[in-house]
Amino acid sequence: MSFINYASREINCKIVYYGPGLCGKTTNLQFIYSKTAPEAKGKMISLATETERTLFFDFLPLALGEIKGFKTRFHLYTVPGQVFYDASRKLILKGVDGVVFVADSQEERMDANIESIENLQINLKEQGYELNKLPFVIQYNKRDLPYVIPVEEMRQELNMMNVPDFEACATTGEGVFETLKAVAKLILIDLKKGK
Amino acid sequence: MATPQMIMYEDEFKQLNTVLEKLLREANAKVIFLVDKNGQLISGVGETERFDTTSLASLTAGNIAATGGLAKLIGEKEFSILFHEGEKDNLHISIVGGRVILVVLFDSRSSLGLVRLRVKKASEELAAVFDRLAQRAEEREKGGDGDFPFAEITDDDIDNLFS
Repeated sequence: MSFINYASREINCKIVYYGPGLCGKTTNLQFIYSKTAPEAKGKMISLATETERTLFFDFLPLALGEIKGFKTRFHLYTVPGQVFYDASRKLILKGVDGVVFVADSQEERMDANIESIENLQINLKEQGYELNKLPFVIQYNKRDLPYVIPVEEMRQELNMMNVPDFEACATTGEGVFETLKAVAKLILIDLKKGK
Repeated sequence: MATPQMIMYEDEFKQLNTVLEKLLREANAKVIFLVDKNGQLISGVGETERFDTTSLASLTAGNIAATGGLAKLIGEKEFSILFHEGEKDNLHISIVGGRVILVVLFDSRSSLGLVRLRVKKASEELAAVFDRLAQRAEEREKGGDGDFPFAEITDDDIDNLFS
């Protein structure tokens, strides 16, 4: 649910990065943070455990520029991926405008990907959203690693809705901005329809 | 959608700020923020430049969401007031009209009792403004919207953001 402020002439939108534990959601945000000009970004906040696993969320505010005289701001959040943090994941989906699903391309993580995308659908439904009505993109991360599943196979398992999808390597940044741009664009197109 | 889109108009924005400024004075607070439950900062008065307001808004909303989760677990609807006591500064966080979060930062020049008292009164006034906003949103939904500026966004506008 975007927030349009006529007084300060701003549009604020919320993007949530979802996916199984250790798939690279936080790494996506860290790369975006490192490559964004200082004036376009706010402080990145990570609520993480001592072993750097996301405990509640990561948060990164970005200012993209102006549309029709309104400053567009995107608030990027990640959820904790570990299965047992489900209660926290649900909270972060509140008021979401667009979702990025980050899938781990490694063979042994395919079951975790499927479980996580099903969990995403369930949790969205609890908040009154339908995944197929939300701006949604998929990222196949860790393409640089050995023993990855072919993209075509991952697409069949995860991208049933045929949404925009991207290959990525979040540590080097490949595909990271493409993913972000795609979801931001879908959100703005939704906004145009006055949703 | 779970919640309708929030739109803030200039009239209501001014009214909110008037209430906040009054609360700032009467409660002897340092700074006051109004935050949407989804983590978007709506407005702030007082020494706002000293704080990273965007982060503050997001963490406050996370805090309220987590506490709300706890409340549900023990069978409460929500905890409508949170209080954090620091060595010098304190935070009084409360939910207004079930929808927005009011954050009051104060130090030893004020007291919890005074803040609670003033917040209670200001909350009613703030809730009334948000009721009006909700009404305007409903009317907009029903009547279609002639002056909605984003209906005119072109693909080029969107592409330009990323160039």
